[in-house]
Amino acid sequence: MRVELDNLSKSWDDVIGADRITLDIADGELVAFLGPSGCGKTTTLLMVAGIYKPTGGTISFDGLVVNEVAPKDRGIGMVFQSYALYPHMSVFGNISYPLRLKKLDKGDIKEKVQAVADMMGIGDLLDRKIAQLSGGQQQRVALGRALVKQPDLLLFDEPLSNLDARLRLTMRGEIKRLQEDLGITSIYVTHDQVEAMTMADRIAVMSNGVLQAYDVPEALYDRPKTLFVAAFVGNPPMNFFDVDITRDNGDFRAKSDAIDLVLPRDRGEKAAAADGKVIMGMRPEDIDLVGDATPPAEGLTLDGEAVVVEPLGREDLVGISINGVEMRVLVDKTRGVAVGDTITLVFNTSRAQFFDPESEKSLLWA
Amino acid sequence: MTTVETAPPRPAAGPLPKSRQKTGQYFAYGFLILSIIPILIGYAWLIVATVSFRTQGLLPRNAEGGIGGFTLSNWDFVFEGAIWSAMLNSLLIAVFMVIGVGIASTSGGYALSRMKFAGRKTFLTGTLVLHAFKAEMLLIAIFFVLRFLGDIPIIGGFIGFNTVGGVALVMVALELPLGIWLMKGFFDNLSWDMERAALIDGASRFRVWWQIMLPQVRPGIAALSLFTFIVGWNAYLVPFTFTIGAKVSNMPVFLNRLISDTAPTNWNLVAAVGLFQMIPLIIFFIFTQELLLNIYAGGTKGT
Repeated sequence: MRVELDNLSKSWDDVIGADRITLDIADGELVAFLGPSGCGKTTTLLMVAGIYKPTGGTISFDGLVVNEVAPKDRGIGMVFQSYALYPHMSVFGNISYPLRLKKLDKGDIKEKVQAVADMMGIGDLLDRKIAQLSGGQQQRVALGRALVKQPDLLLFDEPLSNLDARLRLTMRGEIKRLQEDLGITSIYVTHDQVEAMTMADRIAVMSNGVLQAYDVPEALYDRPKTLFVAAFVGNPPMNFFDVDITRDNGDFRAKSDAIDLVLPRDRGEKAAAADGKVIMGMRPEDIDLVGDATPPAEGLTLDGEAVVVEPLGREDLVGISINGVEMRVLVDKTRGVAVGDTITLVFNTSRAQFFDPESEKSLLWA
Repeated sequence: MTTVETAPPRPAAGPLPKSRQKTGQYFAYGFLILSIIPILIGYAWLIVATVSFRTQGLLPRNAEGGIGGFTLSNWDFVFEGAIWSAMLNSLLIAVFMVIGVGIASTSGGYALSRMKFAGRKTFLTGTLVLHAFKAEMLLIAIFFVLRFLGDIPIIGGFIGFNTVGGVALVMVALELPLGIWLMKGFFDNLSWDMERAALIDGASRFRVWWQIMLPQVRPGIAALSLFTFIVGWNAYLVPFTFTIGAKVSNMPVFLNRLISDTAPTNWNLVAAVGLFQMIPLIIFFIFTQELLLNIYAGGTKGT
């Protein structure tokens, strides 16, 4: 099913939940709504579900405006963070509830519930009470209940947040595989950008009720259009510095009291267009220690002092201070950086991002 | 996502030394036993009194002043019609109250907890304020209301002045503020998600209330039913004020009639009737206590 949101808004008295959200979701696509708590992603989802009435704009399913259509007539299935299972019913009772409301034939219901339960790997738990299930099993029941009526649109509201880290990883893959196999258009609300990056075909980044960006995951990562997107997408987060863009001898340079780096021509030219101060962003993996083998080009290195070392297992996340400017850098564990070391860093400025400090918009991808 | 912070394990606080544990237990039991003794003595006295001619303290005495004089004559009232009609009236009032208060409180409490409508806040504070008005203050006004209701054709005969229905109606009204607030509290504690899930699954709003929400507040309904039943069963002031004659009087009013201002009162008979009045309450409690104690059974994990 094709879903289109056109200037969709929701406000309560003086609180704005969602502000003119416009996006379209293609048939069979999985779109993630990503943003911090209170950014309006769940509000938007509940409007799509029909639980909240929009105060402005329209929601269309396959070209038909459904603003006034009741939730039960929208052909949707929804999975909640709290699972929202009915604790007084058995697993069978929960999964069969949507079918029983449709007054389907008893044998038919049994067959369908068994099929869905088998697909979710809970076929042998149908007689259990909800309280007797583990968190992962409860989540499967919730998913089964959403799928059993063969919805045209699946809505997920942070479905994995209540699971432990390992189970989350398993369920993540499972949901993605299921969604692809069944080809059901899906909206997936999450605050976990790893979840969004790995599962979604496209990601809608939101903050304060406003849609910040809507694009494929790689584009959000490599070509963030706003400062918020650059800061929110990616883990560990991007480093930002205030710099002036200058041009001497044909070279573009990013300069401040602490920093002096040569920029590649294409990025430098666009950054210089802002005429003066800009915010420069560098991802932690684009800054590295100077290797012994390859002496880096002139103007791409800076000296700094390691102030924090956080071992992440495969790599160390090192906090570095360059004349008072702090940044975080991913360093190979074997380099054995210790707190207090003075180290030379090489900056891959061909991946640097630049933002206008006023509008917070990207100077590169406007 | 990638880093999980865990606090270093704290050394578990070991159990208290055996001797201190024991002393604490003795103290607790001693205190509980001491505090319950007067109540137990009271009950024992009541039971002894119902099967004696007269008592002195806890001891039954016969005509000569020695220990003895057991009799079942105090229980003769069981074979008279009056007590059974009083009991039926008490039962009618109590059951009518349980049903009336139950329906109004579960539906009203749900609406106040979940729905937005004009005057919601005013209504909530209003009911709370109204609860502060004791029934005594309203007796005269209620009298006129009941007189008015009694004049309505057909139903007037059931809910007017000097009818069991009228008494029950007044009692329901007086009990509603408590009931609505209690049920609203129970509904407030339920997650919205379950309700939303049911709406998406295809349930109407009424069905959500009936099939999904009501089963979650069963302990609340049980508690409210028990309170309401006791209030209805023991109701005295309202039935005493708005009924005339033995036909419509309930148990407490019947009991009060035994205590006459002019003739000597047979206190042993009063004790027997009082004990008799307690029996249905005890039965009712036995049936609901499991629900009351299992308030958190059946909840979901992870909410």
